[in-house]
Amino acid sequence: MQKSVGPPKRDEAYNFAYLDEQTKRMVRRALLKAVAVPGYQVPFGSREMPLARGWGTGGIQVTASVIGPDDTLKVIDQGADDTTNAVSIRRFFARVAGVATTEATGEASIIQTRHRIPEAPLRAGQILVYQVPQPEPLRKLEPKEAETRKMHAWGDYGLMHVRLYEDIARFGRVATTYSYPVLVNGRYVMSPSPIPKFDNPKLGMCAALQLFGAGREKRIYAIPPWTEVKSLDFDDHPFEVQTWDEPCALCGAADSYLDEVITDDKGSRMFVCSDSHYCEERRAAGHVGRLLGSETGQKLTGGAKE
Amino acid sequence: MSAPLDSAAKVATGADGDAPLLTATGVTRFYGERIGCEDVSFDLWPGEVLGIVGESGSGKSTLLRCLAGLDRPTSGRIGFRDGSRVTPDIFALDEQRRRALMRTAWGIVHQNPRDGLRMGVSAGGNIGERLIDRGDRHYGNIRVAAVDWLQRVEIDPARIDDRPTQFSGGMQQRLQIARVLVSEPKLVYMDEPTGGLDVSVQARLLDLLRALVRDLGLAAIIVTHDLAVARLLTDRLMVMRRGRVVEEGLTDQVLDDPQHPYTQLLTASVLAA
Repeated sequence: MQKSVGPPKRDEAYNFAYLDEQTKRMVRRALLKAVAVPGYQVPFGSREMPLARGWGTGGIQVTASVIGPDDTLKVIDQGADDTTNAVSIRRFFARVAGVATTEATGEASIIQTRHRIPEAPLRAGQILVYQVPQPEPLRKLEPKEAETRKMHAWGDYGLMHVRLYEDIARFGRVATTYSYPVLVNGRYVMSPSPIPKFDNPKLGMCAALQLFGAGREKRIYAIPPWTEVKSLDFDDHPFEVQTWDEPCALCGAADSYLDEVITDDKGSRMFVCSDSHYCEERRAAGHVGRLLGSETGQKLTGGAKE
Repeated sequence: MSAPLDSAAKVATGADGDAPLLTATGVTRFYGERIGCEDVSFDLWPGEVLGIVGESGSGKSTLLRCLAGLDRPTSGRIGFRDGSRVTPDIFALDEQRRRALMRTAWGIVHQNPRDGLRMGVSAGGNIGERLIDRGDRHYGNIRVAAVDWLQRVEIDPARIDDRPTQFSGGMQQRLQIARVLVSEPKLVYMDEPTGGLDVSVQARLLDLLRALVRDLGLAAIIVTHDLAVARLLTDRLMVMRRGRVVEEGLTDQVLDDPQHPYTQLLTASVLAA
């Protein structure tokens, strides 16, 4: 199993971390402003990247602007280190920046993520970079950009609660499960990118710096360390996260976000940790789930990965 | 029609009523070269219902849009008094304050309910939005208020979770009225509130409006081309023609003893039912 890899050789045909220095400065200026005004969407001049917009170009540009030769990079996609997008982006930075890469959350100094926050608590000094498809939390409710900017400027967020009201009226609870809107530092309503609402509580009072990049929509925003982040709710319908009836089938974790995996065409299913590194670490520490070692379990833990 | 006048007068002399609620001074709105409305001045007192009548294109709706803060007049001032808080000109405020005022102090009932409702949001959500805007964050309380208002506008509370698209035209209009009145505004603007409804539905809506306006002591400005609506609902009437006010006075006075030739024409052209 690949854990940590020492610094590979950088491809000298590209500038360090692919982007030219002027572009990185421009992105850094936007980042500084974003950190200074938590939750505020800062426009920036998003560049063409060697993959299609919507595949994480915003996150890649942010990572490219903050990464240095001494950094260690971890990339996750839906919590897993070994999915196509994660593997490609990790290989991209190994090639153009020559940085060390890792799958271990604790060892990484920069973690680029799509759809998840790692289960293991982050520490001070780490940077979490999110790939954001739609930075505007109000977009589905108000299609006009001029109007949403006014709503942000005036803190005019009533419409967001109308959406929550509709959920409760129709389903008896807030049915929004991902991209659940949050209020950052008591001021700006922000889209946390499509992370499950299970991860929302980890956004607030986090020791690490959190940066959000939306390449197609050309916006950058940030949550500085130790910032208050509140998920929107009603007084009598407080914010809740998802729960599962059974623990992870491989590592037995009852405190992590679980993915449902269909195991055959007869309706059998299992639930496994979406954070692949967290699951591996627990198994290495001797935790055993229901299906670990079984034929189905081996398909997920065995040959495919080694 | 003396009873409504009495009640209006009573409110007008109350503690809240020693100054006009709304003061329009020389309100003029041009559309390029053409005149929308020109040099309209009047005072509206708390609890008073003012009608604006005139034919299509006479500037009624333009004037209403200016008064309601939706369109900036080319010249003139619109003052508003909320209790002891006096705003000399609502268009001198920045947009944020003006919107806050539009949301809390007055409401607008549009001719087409689609302009005033969110069609993709349930009836309860439509009513609740004004409360949420005001800062209410208790789902149960919002729900109770929504049910209460649905009953007051004679919509079956069981339909609270239906969308306005599933409502008839008359129900949509009543829902719009509930949405406007739930936040207890001081003043309501209505642009042809009964337009596009059939006669029996119109009659019920008028009954409802009259009861609500009297019960809540609301001030209202009602734009209509229907003189029957004006007679039923309003205390005072302004007749507009080509953007100007040609005659104004107490409703019965204007309708029964019109002075201006145009008003005479208008009252004479009503079909006897």
